[in-house]
Amino acid sequence: MRTVTTRSAKDTADLGESFGAMLKPGDVVALFGELGTGKTEFVKGICAGLQISGRPTSPTFTIINEYPARFGIVAHIDLYRIGGEAELRDLGIESYFHEGCICLIEWADRALAILPGDHYAVKILHGDGSERERMVTISSPGELPS
Amino acid sequence: MILAIETSCDETSAAILSNGAVLSNVISSQMIHSQYGGVVPELASRAHLRALEAVTNAALRAAGIEKNEITGVAATSGPGLAGALLVGLMFGKGIACSLGVPFVGVNHLEGHLYSNSLGDAGPEHPFLCLIVSGGHTALVLVRQLFEYQVLGQTRDDAAGEAFDKVAKMLGLGYPGGPLIDKLAQEGNPEAVRFPRSFLEEGSLDFSFSGLKTAVLYHLRDRGLMYPEEEGASIDRGTMADVAASFQEAVVDVLSAKTIEAATRTGTDRITIAGGVSANSLLRSRMQSEAARKGMTLHYPRAEYCMDNAAMIGYVGWLRLKHDRASGLELGVEANLVL
Repeated sequence: MRTVTTRSAKDTADLGESFGAMLKPGDVVALFGELGTGKTEFVKGICAGLQISGRPTSPTFTIINEYPARFGIVAHIDLYRIGGEAELRDLGIESYFHEGCICLIEWADRALAILPGDHYAVKILHGDGSERERMVTISSPGELPS
Repeated sequence: MILAIETSCDETSAAILSNGAVLSNVISSQMIHSQYGGVVPELASRAHLRALEAVTNAALRAAGIEKNEITGVAATSGPGLAGALLVGLMFGKGIACSLGVPFVGVNHLEGHLYSNSLGDAGPEHPFLCLIVSGGHTALVLVRQLFEYQVLGQTRDDAAGEAFDKVAKMLGLGYPGGPLIDKLAQEGNPEAVRFPRSFLEEGSLDFSFSGLKTAVLYHLRDRGLMYPEEEGASIDRGTMADVAASFQEAVVDVLSAKTIEAATRTGTDRITIAGGVSANSLLRSRMQSEAARKGMTLHYPRAEYCMDNAAMIGYVGWLRLKHDRASGLELGVEANLVL
């Protein structure tokens, strides 16, 4: 587990890029953080690290964006509008948990019931300092807090 | 006689068109208290599955036609939520197959582009369209029928999404667009100078994520976030000022970039479409800016701003008329582009 302080949206995206570069097909990344902390910025960075040619945008309305990748697809999921577990299960997100897909899930606190045990967790908090400061904590599958 | 189905996101909708004229247009969220079974909009595919038959039957009944009078079926094939799209596409194909009539898949965004031709004479080609909704923000040049050029689009949040998230921060309900529009009319649009993101010089792309965060900081720094959740309430005047100032920032950017795109492409016909095109400030600002430049502005009737099957049926009708039916092997494409 490591915590990095970022000082701008670009900083957050850069951190996402270096994190994204080490992801493997089949990985699931759960992102936690309030409105406006930069989850989508971090995801954009991950996609740059994965050399996705398309341009990631917020999937809040459509819930799932799919971006073609060399290994298959990147599923960019946003559970902001999900009301409860029944709606979550209706979505069938589990169908994206396979070797041809990397899954990036924003508002993952709403997906706890279906997250695979070996996911990455990324928590983003507003920092104590300037408005733009963020504390980003990345946990690998082996070191998830219980 | 075309039957059209739209299930790309939250709304389940069915429409009947005769020679491009809308006979009926039924949308699930508007059926809540109706006699057809209390369909409540829900997220995801199973909700569409539950609502689709009732919505389609309601559309047939409202149009006063029988199923066997249908001569073609259109359904949205993308972009949207794959599972939701699949429900409508398969349902549409099934009906086309059983009736032995042609089927056509329609791009949801293409539907919005022609939503100004529903019920009114739409603009002649070429025209420029600003699509603004919860899921999309794009400037598209429609050169001629079926020939589109995307000039710019959002790099992060859609404009409608920013409206919904700011409404949530202010403790207003959902959908946020109409509520902010209404509240803003009581507020001072110059009370708070929120940032306008025009991106790099000459860009016709949009970015609303920074504006959303700026509103968040403004409210948080004054202890005004999520008033409902904390049981507190913000003074209505303060809320109205924030709503008006936020809306002003969004409309400033949308209108400036749209006029710039029209000027640059030498187009003097502008249309706006999508849920946010119902916003009163956007309409009045675009109207006056267009008039000042000697351009004409079209905006859709209220019922065709939100996601609806009538616009899908209109494009489906155009496509079938021009021999562009789809094969039954057509699949859904979550990230379909124009």
